[in-house]
Amino acid sequence: MFDLLGVPPQVLFGQLLLGLINGSFYALLSLGLAVIFGMLNVINFAHGALYMIGAFVAWLLLTKLGLGYWWALGLSPLIVGLLGVVLEKTMLSRLYKLDHLYGLLLTFGLALIMEGAFRHFYGVSGQPYPIPDALKGGQNLGFMFLPNYRGWVVVASLIVCFGTWFAIERTRLGAYLRAATENPVLVQAFGINVPVMITATYGFGVALAGLAGVLAAPIYQVSPLMGTNLIIVVFAVVVIGGMGSILGAIVTGLGLGLLEGLTKVFYPEASNIVVFVVMAIVLLIKPAGLFGRER
Amino acid sequence: MPDGATVKTTMLEIRDLQAFYGESHVLHGVNIDVRQGEVVTLLGRNGAGKTTTMRSIMGIVGKRNGSIRFQGKELIGMAQHKIPRLGIGYVPEERGIFSSLSVDENLMLPPVVKSGGMTVPQIYELFPNLQGRGTTQGTRLSGGEQQMLAIARILRTGADLILLDEPTEGLAPVIIEQIGVAVRKLKQRGFTIVLVEQNFRFAATIADRHYVMEEGHVVDMIPNDQLAQNMDKLHTYLGV
Repeated sequence: MFDLLGVPPQVLFGQLLLGLINGSFYALLSLGLAVIFGMLNVINFAHGALYMIGAFVAWLLLTKLGLGYWWALGLSPLIVGLLGVVLEKTMLSRLYKLDHLYGLLLTFGLALIMEGAFRHFYGVSGQPYPIPDALKGGQNLGFMFLPNYRGWVVVASLIVCFGTWFAIERTRLGAYLRAATENPVLVQAFGINVPVMITATYGFGVALAGLAGVLAAPIYQVSPLMGTNLIIVVFAVVVIGGMGSILGAIVTGLGLGLLEGLTKVFYPEASNIVVFVVMAIVLLIKPAGLFGRER
Repeated sequence: MPDGATVKTTMLEIRDLQAFYGESHVLHGVNIDVRQGEVVTLLGRNGAGKTTTMRSIMGIVGKRNGSIRFQGKELIGMAQHKIPRLGIGYVPEERGIFSSLSVDENLMLPPVVKSGGMTVPQIYELFPNLQGRGTTQGTRLSGGEQQMLAIARILRTGADLILLDEPTEGLAPVIIEQIGVAVRKLKQRGFTIVLVEQNFRFAATIADRHYVMEEGHVVDMIPNDQLAQNMDKLHTYLGV
């Protein structure tokens, strides 16, 4: 076999796949954050905790009710979405008239409470979640071995991301959403119930986090801290992509996952910080982010 | 539509309207009547409360009290998003064209609230400039075209009362003329129009009556056919 810069292809492609998987989660999570930030102007610090709850709901459905992966894939985002609707209705909606900082502080506090509660009941060691039977095994692609489940995660997250992009950028409902992001008062003056749209948007954004949690459960363990570990990178992705930019979130999420994978191959020492280095450079050159618009 | 000979019914009746932005009390007891099929202007200097009166009708000011009745229904206390659904279309002063939406998306954005709205071909006939611009980003249109789009999107909804806030502001005379032609055509179609205008000469060519506002009150009402006799008074009010 050939070598690339002294790196065996199995290692390179293995890391690229890992990067693509991580990128899929970055994309799904930063997409939800972007949708929420665009509409609510809230930086949703509870996103990582809701991702963790998505995974835990899947695990609880399996261990308490015997409902498997495919059930969880539908039910868990629904439950997390409903939880989001309740949080928005009872708490977040009271803060819109105040500085954005209050929304950030509230969601940060909620994240600490949610993670603390799960840590109290389930500890930090993590619970295993089995790969569903239909997705066990893998494919030999010649240059590398692709586990079926990982391929599925990449495909599923791409479908969800681009489906969401299409719904927002190309449909009538999406036009309402974009318009209300720009000028909610006027959209309301056309007879559209904007507060309901805002609640639904938050619910949808966190449901994406819940979905990411279910997809992650069989790969990473189900642990109360799984969200905390991921969310800092995801925030960097959102900043690089441009706050509130849908396409920016998706493309940057996948791109940075791959970049991280490559860094692990060629300069592993930098792999944990490469995202933040990119963030610093982007902020210096284009403060609104790669896909962001100056306000 | 009732013709001029019959008594026209009151469409909009504003009584003792008070409005506030935070602590500041902006409207102090505004009284206005608009009959079906009329074009009525609100004249006055900057800060007289014309735009606030319109925003009060739409329910988008901080706090308001008094009474605003549209076709007999009280608007004060009604949920904001239900007011336009009664058939009131709002064209804001800043035009409110959405930059993240194409011209078509802007045009199709306001939901249809009643049957009998204009069709898209009829709208293009009224505003030929908009035709063939569908995929252009809304805010890339010229100021005049944006104004036309802001009016056009309301015509689709079936609203029968249209609130036009300074449609000629910042536009070239030739564009103002086009807007004037369009507003006259809308009047012929039976639309009822409330117009806020600084451009008094424009207002005189299309309105039936003029309400003059000063410091949050209506201080005078001048029918358009008695305008000539009242020019001196009007000049004093408007300070022109």
